[in-house]
Amino acid sequence: MRITYIFIFVFICSLGTGLAQQTPAPKQNNTISIVGATAHIGNGQVIENSILTFEEGKITAIGASGDVDPSGEIINAEGKHLYPGFIAANATLGLVEISAVRATDDEDEIGTMLPHIRSLIAYNAESKLIESMRPNGVLMGQIVPRGGRISGTSSIMQFDAWNWEDAVVKEDDALHINWPGSFSRGRWWAGEDPGIKPNEEYQQHLRGLTEFFNSSRAYLGGDRKIKNLPYLAMESVFDGDKKVFVHVDGEREIQDVIQFKKDQNLDELVIVGGYEAHKISDQLKENNISVLVTRAHSTPDNEDDDYDLPYKLAKLLHNEGVLVGLQSSGSMERMNTRNLPFYAGTTVAYGMDKEEALSLITSNVAKILGIDEFAGSLEEGKDATLFISEGDALDMRGNILDKAFIQGRELSLKSHQTELYERYKEKYESQSE
Amino acid sequence: MKLKFLLFVFLAGAQLQAQEYFPKNDGVKTTKTGTTVFKNARIHVNPTTIIDNGMFAIKDGKISAVGKNISVPANSQTIDLKGKEVYPSFIDLYSEFGVEKPKAAGNGNGQPQYDASREGYYWNDHIRPDNDPLSAFSFDKDKAGKLHKAGFGVVNTHLADGIIRGNGMLIALNPDGSDGDRILKQRSAQYLSFDKSATSRQSYPTSKMGAMALIRQAYLDAEWYAKGKAENKDLALEALNRNKNLLQIFATDNLLDELRADKIGDEFGIQYTILGSGFEYENLDEIKESDATYIVPLEFPDAYDVEDPFMASKVSLHDMKRWNQAPANLKMLAENNVPFTLTTEGIDAEKDFRKNLLKAVEYGLSQEDALAALTTVPAGLLGEENNLGTIKEGAWANFIITSGDFFDKETTLYENWVQGKRSVLENMNVTNIKGDYDLAVDGNSYEVKITGEPAKPKAEVKMGETKIGSKLSFVDNWMNLLLSSPDTTKTEFIRLVANVPSETDKISGKAILANGNETSFTATKKDTEATSEEKKDEAKETPEVKPVSFPNNAYGFTEKPKQEDILFTNATVWTNEEEGILENTDVLVKNGKISRIGQNLNAGGAKVVDATGKHLTSGIIDEHTHIAASAINEAGHNSSAEVSMEDVVDPTDINIYRNLAGGVTTAQLLHGSANPIGGRSAILRLKWGESAEDIIFEDSPKFIKFALGENVKQSNWGSRSRFPQSRMGVEQVFTDYFTRAREYEQNKKNDKDYRKDLEMETIVEILNMDRYVSAHSYVQSEINMLMKVAENFDFNINTFTHILEGYKLADKMKEHGAGGSTFSDWWAYKYEVNDAIPFNAPIMHSQGITVAINSDDAEMSRRLNQEAAKSVKYGGVSEEDAWKFVTLNPAKLLHIDDKVGSIKTGKDADLVLWSDHPLSVYAKPEKTLIQGTVYFDIERDEELRERISEERNELITQMLKAKNNGVKTQPVTKKEEQHIHCDFLEEIH
Repeated sequence: MRITYIFIFVFICSLGTGLAQQTPAPKQNNTISIVGATAHIGNGQVIENSILTFEEGKITAIGASGDVDPSGEIINAEGKHLYPGFIAANATLGLVEISAVRATDDEDEIGTMLPHIRSLIAYNAESKLIESMRPNGVLMGQIVPRGGRISGTSSIMQFDAWNWEDAVVKEDDALHINWPGSFSRGRWWAGEDPGIKPNEEYQQHLRGLTEFFNSSRAYLGGDRKIKNLPYLAMESVFDGDKKVFVHVDGEREIQDVIQFKKDQNLDELVIVGGYEAHKISDQLKENNISVLVTRAHSTPDNEDDDYDLPYKLAKLLHNEGVLVGLQSSGSMERMNTRNLPFYAGTTVAYGMDKEEALSLITSNVAKILGIDEFAGSLEEGKDATLFISEGDALDMRGNILDKAFIQGRELSLKSHQTELYERYKEKYESQSE
Repeated sequence: MKLKFLLFVFLAGAQLQAQEYFPKNDGVKTTKTGTTVFKNARIHVNPTTIIDNGMFAIKDGKISAVGKNISVPANSQTIDLKGKEVYPSFIDLYSEFGVEKPKAAGNGNGQPQYDASREGYYWNDHIRPDNDPLSAFSFDKDKAGKLHKAGFGVVNTHLADGIIRGNGMLIALNPDGSDGDRILKQRSAQYLSFDKSATSRQSYPTSKMGAMALIRQAYLDAEWYAKGKAENKDLALEALNRNKNLLQIFATDNLLDELRADKIGDEFGIQYTILGSGFEYENLDEIKESDATYIVPLEFPDAYDVEDPFMASKVSLHDMKRWNQAPANLKMLAENNVPFTLTTEGIDAEKDFRKNLLKAVEYGLSQEDALAALTTVPAGLLGEENNLGTIKEGAWANFIITSGDFFDKETTLYENWVQGKRSVLENMNVTNIKGDYDLAVDGNSYEVKITGEPAKPKAEVKMGETKIGSKLSFVDNWMNLLLSSPDTTKTEFIRLVANVPSETDKISGKAILANGNETSFTATKKDTEATSEEKKDEAKETPEVKPVSFPNNAYGFTEKPKQEDILFTNATVWTNEEEGILENTDVLVKNGKISRIGQNLNAGGAKVVDATGKHLTSGIIDEHTHIAASAINEAGHNSSAEVSMEDVVDPTDINIYRNLAGGVTTAQLLHGSANPIGGRSAILRLKWGESAEDIIFEDSPKFIKFALGENVKQSNWGSRSRFPQSRMGVEQVFTDYFTRAREYEQNKKNDKDYRKDLEMETIVEILNMDRYVSAHSYVQSEINMLMKVAENFDFNINTFTHILEGYKLADKMKEHGAGGSTFSDWWAYKYEVNDAIPFNAPIMHSQGITVAINSDDAEMSRRLNQEAAKSVKYGGVSEEDAWKFVTLNPAKLLHIDDKVGSIKTGKDADLVLWSDHPLSVYAKPEKTLIQGTVYFDIERDEELRERISEERNELITQMLKAKNNGVKTQPVTKKEEQHIHCDFLEEIH
């Protein structure tokens, strides 16, 4: 016990003495025009030699040079590329700082049905991980709690803020369900075969979920004299204000999700993972279900699967007319979230069109998250959350950011990491003098 | 029948025969003097010699004579075996018969135990050559009964506990004697395995490679002990020396372990007899090369229940193929002249042994080979060829009597004799009443048709065209037939009873009518020979066995790919040499080497591959991988220099194929990071389809893994009892081991009888720079420390792997001469990577350090080209240099850059053809070659996918058919794929 305390103490001290976080940028107070860049709109369109103007945080004009006149401060971006900020769906940034240090872990609450658990308030706007997203163009994210059958309620945050209240762009956007699996893993520590076998409790878990939804409805229809927090948190789900995100992979389970959507009359439902979603893409399309696919950079689930299945899954669904986005959950997910653009790039190597691949992390995700009114593409009226890159931002060699803006505010592209870089570069330069 | 059998055993027990010189107080002494003679039998003297209509005699538990005609002594009894056959009874070499497994040790205090529990024995509790099953032995009548029914007469039993398990004991399953009779040999063999003793919680070894190292060390120690050099008493080593000349039986449960066991044997001049898995056919070449005799369990996988297509999709092709192929294993072993014997280990001997044996015969195993495997082969291994497994004069009277050919499904096993004592399985004097009869009772006539085995006949009764309900029983030659009334509105019965002591055409007896009146009946056999033709000769389909692929998984090759001469034309060639990147260039591959680089090269006989618009590079080399391994960490000691990853290579890991599809051709399989001094590395060429031995890089330089920081001090594991628990302690571990290694080296020079220590031998190699170090490291203090310790001992650290704070002391590393192999952008997963930055590789590179980017991860390794490209983004490294981070530089760090790592005339043709610029996120490998052999080809991959889908479909259909036919199925299971990083502790298979 004492050792633990000492450890925490030392750890907190070291955080305190570490390098300070980047200061959030002030509100945009002058008009800015970015001129000459190849603008990747995020909806499949490209405008060469573009002009994009934004004022008070909103895009006021976008078009080809000649069609639009620049105004205000001019940023010359000739030969460069302009992108809408990438959106990290289903992320846990700000909820955990260092995976192995339990004291820094706030992503997983105990209990089963936790719709009242909100990621928003635990979100650490000053996380060193979050600032490391920005130099790669990842400027917003949906922050999702992970525990339980219903893991809780997510919110969508932008990545340049003093605190969570500043950061939030959409509060309590979605409810997250970890769908039970029809297969379960053997508990090797209890001497069982660690392989996968049919889950005999699957139906029971499904009933539990249905019962919880039904009980919530019944409760909300009553006088509510006694306050039941989990049931109250379901109200916005039934009102349609909160979307339902179901984390599920298997074909059979997805079929059950579709039935659940029908049974529960849910308008908007998103599948997260969807490893076998391509096997029933027609049904997904028919039922207006979109998919945030399994991380492109992952290994296939089964020995017999195509080696490139994770690479091409988005493409397989996209071809069938399903609305698809990418996400980065999985092992080491937080630090890996900055590789989101390269997940999109990888889908191109395995069949996706480049601009459509871009939409997998911009406009499609904005639609899936329900923030497409103000985010996800370089269109008039939307937030000026965008960046200029030296080259192709989906390729590691081109993803070199010049400038980035969130709601028109030009943010720092420095981080704990770039500062260490500068510091040691200087050390060696001074040695060689 | 069962009841009767039990009764028999009981009576036999009561009349237990005492030895001749034992006092007797319950009556007068009677000495048995007689001989029993068997006549008119078809005698299988051995698998190839049969005496038809022969005779044999037994006396005092042994066979006293055998032949066509033998003299019958006056005081003998005779048993007529007309129409019956006699086989020598079977021998099971791998048995735990009558020896209870010891109870597992408790949980202790929850902390690992590092020292041995036993005193006066070896330093490791899992080495138990002193185990003697005698004290734990008690004759298990139930189990003996089951074995009798399967045809067994002798088992070689042992205490199945520990890595070296002590001696076995040869037991005759004499139903009627005492253990004094049954113990044929008290010390018949020595048993070994890779599994630890249940009786001890001692941690070491936690892994397979640890178990292998431990066996080697125990052998060396035994040899040294025999020279009288030890100051202490070691009863375990004494036992090991005592057991040296026994038959050595090594128990394994999977194919890779079978070969691993044989490898240890080869090193010490011991030929183990190996308990196998039943899947030897998957690698016949090496099984053959091992020269071992295999003890094969007669167990086949059940079909999977694949009715639910979602469930079916979870079964791998490999598991389905095994169901299809495994019954042909024995046939294939026999065809390849691999000697084998069979065991009932793992199965229900009574229910499954004969059934499975017949299945193997149905799949092509010859009857001679099957019999030999059960008799002469095990007898020969035990040196008992004159006493067991044969019916000849002087041998034990161990034989079975059957109603006919043992391999005919319909044949009944009547009796099993062991040491001249009879165990009756079925009454062999049952009268055969099969046939069609005309039955006359009470003025009515019926037709009765009796079919089935003599002991269990079934009846079908008709009156005219009307079927009559009936029930037939036939016990001790008494027939009871119950007939229901032809009037179906009544529930009335006629009961018939008759004694049929011998075959007859006329059965007559008493009938009791529905009204209670008694009368007599006769059933007269009809003269219809043809009606006995009950069994339709089911047009026996020879089961279709799927071809074995290499490996036998999905994406395995039906035929191993061969080296080809190939001319790549008009490619963009990344030479990694002074020439740099060459446009529109041809590369000629010949005999596995890069033969020419230039323009407009003549193909000669080489296959031409048009590489216009494509990029050709040398293969990617991953300095740090954990794919293709059956174990990663030996965590039982803080130094495990004695273990080697070369011992646990798994060439069937699908990640090999996936890595090839990512352009990787070579990888260093490193030990995990559980200990400051880890285990020796294996450098692999990712030759998919080849054996474990053959994918190890030829003449590869020797490496070992060291580790520093959180893992070795076990910060994240809850264990608090192992030294070191701090970075301060880590330094002392190194200093201590290096100091002892120097002393060891000195002692070795001075004392020819020195104790050879595999751990110290390895550390001496390190100190003398004969083995390079790859050190898992994160923070600058520890990196600096290790360099200083190494310098104090006059050697240097070849590579720091991970080395995430390398950028903080690149100058010191440069001075020391260390290279750095790092992640491109990993961080924040534990406290010691808080200052890890993606600019690490570029800074180290800028300071002149040889930098590589590695994976440590089966996912990342298949797109290391992307990881290299991140050095262009972070830190502005030139594309050519960035590319070297995953090719030439790791080759240099591994000291194999004379063979691989660049495209240069004379070097190995380890090449990747890319669809695009190799550093581009849009690039994918189209062909991957190792030494001129194409191991991955994107077009062939398409074909493999089709074949997988076809084979899956065919096998699923076969399984559905099997289930439909009532074959037992098992629920679907799937092997979990585990992603292994350095921290991984659990053993995988």
